[in-house]
Amino acid sequence: MNLDRPLTRNVRPDRSPTDLHSYESNGGYQSLRGAIGKSSPADCLQIIKDSNLRGRGGAGFPTGMKWSFVPMENVSNASNPDGHKYLICNADEMEPGTFKDRLLMECDPHQLIEGMILAAYTLQADVAYIFIRAEYYKATQRLREAIEDCKRKGYLGQNILGSGFDLTMHVHVSAGRYICGEETALISALEGKRANPRAKPPFPQVSGLWGRPTIVNNVETLCNVHHIIERGADWFQSLGKTKDSGTKLYGVSGRVKNPGCWELPMGTTVREILEEYAGGMEDGYQLRGFLPGGGSTDFLTTEHLDLAMDYDTIGKAGSRMGTGTMIILDDKTCPVGFVKNLIEFFARESCGFCTPCRDGLPWSAQVLDDIESGRGKAEDMDTLARQVQFIGAIGNTHCALAPGAMEPLQSAMKYFPDDFTRHIDGGACPYCDRENR
Amino acid sequence: MSELIPVCTDEQLSETELAAIDAEIAHVPYRASVAIDALKIVQAQRGWVSDDALQAIARHLKMSAEELDGIATFYNLIFRRPVGDKVILLCDSISCWIKGCDGLTQGVTDLLGVGPGETTPDKAYTLLPITCLGACDKAPVMMVGEELYENVDEQTLHALFGKGQA
Repeated sequence: MNLDRPLTRNVRPDRSPTDLHSYESNGGYQSLRGAIGKSSPADCLQIIKDSNLRGRGGAGFPTGMKWSFVPMENVSNASNPDGHKYLICNADEMEPGTFKDRLLMECDPHQLIEGMILAAYTLQADVAYIFIRAEYYKATQRLREAIEDCKRKGYLGQNILGSGFDLTMHVHVSAGRYICGEETALISALEGKRANPRAKPPFPQVSGLWGRPTIVNNVETLCNVHHIIERGADWFQSLGKTKDSGTKLYGVSGRVKNPGCWELPMGTTVREILEEYAGGMEDGYQLRGFLPGGGSTDFLTTEHLDLAMDYDTIGKAGSRMGTGTMIILDDKTCPVGFVKNLIEFFARESCGFCTPCRDGLPWSAQVLDDIESGRGKAEDMDTLARQVQFIGAIGNTHCALAPGAMEPLQSAMKYFPDDFTRHIDGGACPYCDRENR
Repeated sequence: MSELIPVCTDEQLSETELAAIDAEIAHVPYRASVAIDALKIVQAQRGWVSDDALQAIARHLKMSAEELDGIATFYNLIFRRPVGDKVILLCDSISCWIKGCDGLTQGVTDLLGVGPGETTPDKAYTLLPITCLGACDKAPVMMVGEELYENVDEQTLHALFGKGQA
């Protein structure tokens, strides 16, 4: 078994799914058998805390700390007579440029399920949902089959492996919209409502799905759980190259020779990912910049290539590691057009609840469209700067969609100001006659 | 008064639809909690959700048709207008844009004669833009029905939608 690459050890080159038999013959469900009913939920939580596992959905919040806010005493009361607690897997992968959770779910559905059973056991949650986007047909089908196999085998249902612990697991197939990936919006969607994010507090850990204690974790985060519980916090910490623990599914898309997704030690440098795994730039293209982890992260440039891809290092450089899947800006792609595409995406995907997002993002998109199509004026740059200030401020909106949208815009204005000016002064996109546009 | 939704119809849900919706209701605390599932169940049977079907669902879930329509129209994969037998979801997010998805949208339009949001006259296809499909290493990508197509180019489009193909 490959202990250095725990998450992708069952991923085959042809991406065929690992069924229950092959999962078990590769050590699968041994972690569950070893822990459930034998280690206490408090012991499991302590291991996760000690491991320094951080949320792989983009925010990087420490998982153990998030879990520790869930009340562990009996939570039954008038509004929760059954004492339900919920665990939700956020499988609504939709951040532009992100393609890692699809791989984990399609290739190794049981790994996610084993992680979820142990997470639910740790939290003493009795119902679990996998909230998956509708376009992931293959992953949905494979997860549903895997859940049925688990029920037959006694890994799910009543009195799991004689431990006295019960867990029901459902797959909820979403009906679209990027905003469902925001955890409180996801909860609204799971309740059958419009996916409007909610103001916090109360936090979902205390009052989430139907007002009951709820944990929402990303697919990759949950896939780590049973490995950590089986092999311990020290092992997990030793996997990372820097202070952040474990491995990370890194990805590269854009004009590189070998776009793809690889599980590497946390803290692998941008250069190594880009040059050794993604094969460097396509012939005839030069690197100008990159978004480190999805569409809502700030640009970094060639001066940042030797930075370690971990939460703190990328954060200190003025961006975020986000989902760890980089999007490459090459020298023949227009940075203004690039940002315009992103802002139009975020404008379209706004849930419409908060004013800066609902009204501000279409305005930003309009200004960028003016500049990109050669109708821009010098004062448009001031307008964009003001928009970044107001739309980007944390606290003006319920959720991070609008501030996230401003990250690539503000950093494009910082790193590629001449490109904006050339559009405005020249009255046309200087890239438009090139092959790429 | 809005005339978008007629005040009352006697549209009924089928046995199959009711059974599937009731199975969802069984594991949630409130009937209205299954609103999205119910819309999807009916859409899976009928291809889309008509005003009459929407009202029938709302009655079954004991919620107002207006509230249910607010939910239905929020989600881009609930269709409140008829769509073709297969929906083409062409990714227009950043990685696919870098690799030229704008040209592919035009390519589909040239071959099928429909723009985004439109359905071919023979009701075979509806073309819709879609957010990042999570296959960015194979950009540009699109889905036709439940099938994902990777590294899509003009040839892919011709093979799928060219004369004599569709």
